[in-house]
Amino acid sequence: MLQLPSLETLNMGAALPAISIAAWACILLLIDLWIPKDRKILTVYLAAGNLVFAFIANLLVFNQSGDSFMGMYVADQFSGVMNLIIIGTALLSIVLSFDYLKRVGIERGEYYVLVLFVTAGAMFMAAANDLILIFVALELLSIPLYVLSAFRAPDIRSEEAGMKYFLLGAFASAFLVFGGAMVYGATGTTNLNEIAASAGMIIASNSSTSLFLLLGAALLLVGLGFKVAAVPFHEWTPDVYEGAPTPVTAFMSVAAKLGGFGSLLRILVVGMSAVTMTAGEPAVWQNVVAILAGLTMIVGNIVALSQANIKRMLAYSSIANAGYILMAVAAAGSPGLANEATRGALVYMLAYMFTNMGAFAVVIAVERANGGADLEHFVGLGKARPMLAIMMVVFMMSLTGIPLTGGFIGKALVFATTLNAGLVWLAIIGVLTSVVSAYYYVRVIVNMFLRDAEASTEEATPGYSTGVQWVAAVALGGTVLLGVLPTLITVLTDRVSLVASITP
Amino acid sequence: MAYYPQLVSLIILIPAIGAFINIFWGARLGEKWVGTVATVASALAFVIAVLLFVYLEGSGYEAVVINPPIFDGWIQIPAGEVVIPWQQRVDTLSSTMMLIITGIGTLIHVYSISYMHGDARFHRYFAYLNMFLAFMLVLVTANNFLMMFVGWEGVGLCSFLLIGFWFDKAHGVGWRNTMAANKAMLLNRIGDFGVVMSVLIMFWTFGTTDYFRPAEIVNVHLAEEAAHAAEAAHSEEGAVAAEGEAANKPGDVVLAQEGEGEGAAAEEAHGEEHSTPGVVYVNNDHIETDQLGVFGQAERFLDEGRVIDIGPVQLPFSTWLTIMTLFLVLGVTGKSAQIPLFTWLPDAMAGPTPASALIHAATMVTAGVYIMVRSNVLFYYAPVTSFVVAMIGALTALVAGFIAMGQWDIKRVLAYSTVSQLGFMVAAVGIGAYAAAIFHLVTHAFFKALLFLGSGSVIHAMEHGHHHAHSHGHGHDDEHHGDDHHDAHEEEFDPQDMRNMGGLRRKMPLTFITYLFGTLALAGIFPFAGFWSKDEILADSWVAGFDNNNLAGYIVFIILLMAAAFTAFYMWRQIVLVFFGKPRTEAAEHAPESSRLITIPLVILGFFSLGIGFMNTPSYVLGLDNIFGAHLFTDRLEYSVSKAHASEFNLLIALGATALAVAAMFLANNIYRRSAIIEARRDPLEMLPTTAPFWSLANARMYWDAFYSRVFARPFTRIAYFLSDVVDWRFLHDYFHDVVIWKGFNAAAQGLSKPVDLGVIDGAVNGVGRVFGWLSSQLRQIQTGYVRTYALSLLVGVVLVILVILLPLLQRG
Repeated sequence: MLQLPSLETLNMGAALPAISIAAWACILLLIDLWIPKDRKILTVYLAAGNLVFAFIANLLVFNQSGDSFMGMYVADQFSGVMNLIIIGTALLSIVLSFDYLKRVGIERGEYYVLVLFVTAGAMFMAAANDLILIFVALELLSIPLYVLSAFRAPDIRSEEAGMKYFLLGAFASAFLVFGGAMVYGATGTTNLNEIAASAGMIIASNSSTSLFLLLGAALLLVGLGFKVAAVPFHEWTPDVYEGAPTPVTAFMSVAAKLGGFGSLLRILVVGMSAVTMTAGEPAVWQNVVAILAGLTMIVGNIVALSQANIKRMLAYSSIANAGYILMAVAAAGSPGLANEATRGALVYMLAYMFTNMGAFAVVIAVERANGGADLEHFVGLGKARPMLAIMMVVFMMSLTGIPLTGGFIGKALVFATTLNAGLVWLAIIGVLTSVVSAYYYVRVIVNMFLRDAEASTEEATPGYSTGVQWVAAVALGGTVLLGVLPTLITVLTDRVSLVASITP
Repeated sequence: MAYYPQLVSLIILIPAIGAFINIFWGARLGEKWVGTVATVASALAFVIAVLLFVYLEGSGYEAVVINPPIFDGWIQIPAGEVVIPWQQRVDTLSSTMMLIITGIGTLIHVYSISYMHGDARFHRYFAYLNMFLAFMLVLVTANNFLMMFVGWEGVGLCSFLLIGFWFDKAHGVGWRNTMAANKAMLLNRIGDFGVVMSVLIMFWTFGTTDYFRPAEIVNVHLAEEAAHAAEAAHSEEGAVAAEGEAANKPGDVVLAQEGEGEGAAAEEAHGEEHSTPGVVYVNNDHIETDQLGVFGQAERFLDEGRVIDIGPVQLPFSTWLTIMTLFLVLGVTGKSAQIPLFTWLPDAMAGPTPASALIHAATMVTAGVYIMVRSNVLFYYAPVTSFVVAMIGALTALVAGFIAMGQWDIKRVLAYSTVSQLGFMVAAVGIGAYAAAIFHLVTHAFFKALLFLGSGSVIHAMEHGHHHAHSHGHGHDDEHHGDDHHDAHEEEFDPQDMRNMGGLRRKMPLTFITYLFGTLALAGIFPFAGFWSKDEILADSWVAGFDNNNLAGYIVFIILLMAAAFTAFYMWRQIVLVFFGKPRTEAAEHAPESSRLITIPLVILGFFSLGIGFMNTPSYVLGLDNIFGAHLFTDRLEYSVSKAHASEFNLLIALGATALAVAAMFLANNIYRRSAIIEARRDPLEMLPTTAPFWSLANARMYWDAFYSRVFARPFTRIAYFLSDVVDWRFLHDYFHDVVIWKGFNAAAQGLSKPVDLGVIDGAVNGVGRVFGWLSSQLRQIQTGYVRTYALSLLVGVVLVILVILLPLLQRG
């Protein structure tokens, strides 16, 4: 007989931040019908208001760990911090979008609804403790993103981006589902805690079940690796990033990663950390994640070298950054390091969020003023718009990982855990590729300050919008604050412990 | 009561908020609100300081360490396992400093509202003052050297900003102010190098910079005494005991805590104190060495006779301690204006007078004395350093006192006097009289602030008087503009020159009386505050020299006695020149008494200059100790300054020093009453052939500044000029660059370009770049744009991932 769960067992309060966003997105879709076309700013306010509400709700439930939907959704400090970062991303990109959409002439209310759906998806992914919910959340995250990529519809490149992303995304989703099925086959459960409880035994048993379990893990890794754009599952990234509307690129380069890494950490750390050949050794998946991380950093950074378009450059840079976060994920495989590595990854993601959103804000401003985002368009920016250029300098330095910026703190923490995990070769690759990355980040700075524009750019400088200004300023503040006072965030992240939530 | 110490984080926060508000919104708030915000912030800080004091009184003076919430792990470097906590320490020493800083600070805020009225940067001034308070409170409440250093640098910054506050005054005055600020900054940087070195050495040696860890007992001696007292109490009164009644008395906390085990008290008295875990420890023996603070560890190291291995050589710890403390002393000579770095302080008087009173007389410059007393354990065990400190202090006291006798500028006299008095304190530290040094610090803060504020009142009045006379003479309307004193007047008129004053006694009676109080206190006349504190230093140096046979004691005693005579002389000279006789200029003729906001702080400070000395009355003096209690202050201080001790009163020294001071004042009175010479703008001593050379030596500040400028500044400028103009420009650029490099290179390039450059060098340099470029373009080519290739590469990736993850399984077979 079908048993209906009572409201009490659902315990939806713990999932309130994510639920509120998903629910409000549905309602907003309807409300938007009655908002006249020239007053879409109202939709922006409504969407942003919801995000602010979710932010506050998240702060309220931050310390009350609990689970909803009978163990499928876990609200702990990890999802709490992830939610803060995700909601922050969504807020910044909504503010960033409004002016852009108006300018490009694609100002439609659905845009914000889609952004809200993606946000909810990412939040569910970070909190999902069950393979099924992970899959559902992944699709909730992905499908609106496909649409958003093609949002500039008559534009052929935008359409192409959406199509490519969709096809490859479907391909990757299939792997994820397949992987989930194999894990279910091996363990008989989709709940991560229960998987963790039986995984150790299965590996020790040396039966063919362990083959299924490992295959499943590998395929789950592929599915999520695609989402976070890890090499060699990254090739959609530059095309999609270049073709999608710029605010969408900004949003998706952060939000999709956040969701992907949220799930990845949960699956690997909560579900699979016991998957070791002999007790006390690093988990089996550590090697493969480390190899992916190394490849991602190398390919991402080296290809970024030869990009002349800043959007493409940032796309590859986002691939490279995924590599650095993967380093932390790999380190989490060493026994006793899971929490430290998770915290490092969280701080890195927060720093990356601020820096990347800021860099994209500057790109949007330049695109608007100079008509494009090629390196050439940045020439002489230091003279024409010094504030903007200085902000860009800070973002570039943060991406490089220069002290007093958030990027440095993130990199320092990630490298430290990697070294603690004994993955010295990986840390060396990380440092070397960072050096390589300095080349193309600094190139932007050089173009802005050390080269003079041939034609005076002063005639073609319409002021950029206040929204973009705000986003750049907030991102700058976040980047610098994080770099100067990392305690502000480590106070929160220090409470995060994924491993403690393994209570079968 | 128990939560009172938590307030200590607010004592920093409130002035900081005040500064924040005034910096960002001050310009819009208007003078009234700016003044109110700043003064209220300062007053609230004072209230907190009083609450903390009350708490300490109630809790038996035991130190409390507070971890403010957000800054808990202020500096954390996980890899190096370095954790430096942002901890604040509430104990008798820091409480004393907090009371002085906030109390005098509040009075000076009130005073400044009137003094700075009409200034264009009114709000900025108050923001700086509040910022100064915040940093100074960081300095004195810190529980580790690094946090102390944050405050130390912060107050240095505020000092710099306030010295150069009027950087834009006309007629080159602004430039002088800027140079004065720069001088303060530069000389203090030399000192700060010493502090940094000292802190680094400490950290390297002990692995911590904490003064004391929270669980540590500061004064083991006192704690043991208290424990014994408690034992005695238990064994004697145990049977009779009205249970726990006695426990409520302050000062018997140990007894109270031990009393918890009431029933077992009698047995415990016989058994060992720290055999049971619940019992109160009377010393730190149970704490591991590396869990102790700096001072505790230093004592342990000395006991062990540890040898410090610094690479090439191995030093006994005592030597190492001497090096460590000598570096700290370098910092002290910078901040507290001692020889050889003292020359910035007299110039620092370029700032607004109330700021000088607060920063350069009462509080900031005493930071050096404070940190030495805080580190009294280190200095106690470093006799060489202590000797150096004593010599520096005594010499500074003498030299500055001597220079002060030959100055005409009213504030400059006070500035040299401050240097001299700081010398007294430093010398006291040098001979081990830590309590006396802090006692003198306290009394000096009151009467020197009073004198500075009084001189400010005089200057203010002179400016008004000058303006008054000026506008009358030219028939302008009499309307007063408050901001006049900040704009230079048309003609040369120095309102700070004592030759322009005279006879102000009748014009500004309130200022005169309070100034007289300050003078008598500074000169050390019974019963004013300075008498008690100066006498304690002299008595202590006498004991150190003649009873304990310490060479420093003899020297300090004799030199300080001379310096004390100088002090009395130059102060009475000032009183006569400023207040007695007839007005020597129009300005002095028309000088009005200052407003209430100025005179009220003067009266309050005057009261304290009279009375504050009684808080540390020595025993058996005229029965005063029956009224005020005997060395109360020292007794309290011993809880945080473990090497402090109360001094004994020596009637002979007290009488002798007072007689000397009175004699010096009479001498000054006789000399400077001859106003005819002064009206000719000369000093009577200058006219006497026997004293003339000494006077001009003092007037020229003993050529100390000139010496520095000759020996350091000018050669430095010359070298800089030589390097920039001759070496860099003429030689490197004009000759080397143009002739050797340009032409030579051209010639060489002609020969080498084809084979070497293109072939080898270019190849090597560009090779690296090319490899990456090639890699990049190769990798880029994979990016075809076709979904099918992407899907294929994705598949390859899948295979790779599966292979790698299954590898261990395959290996196992």
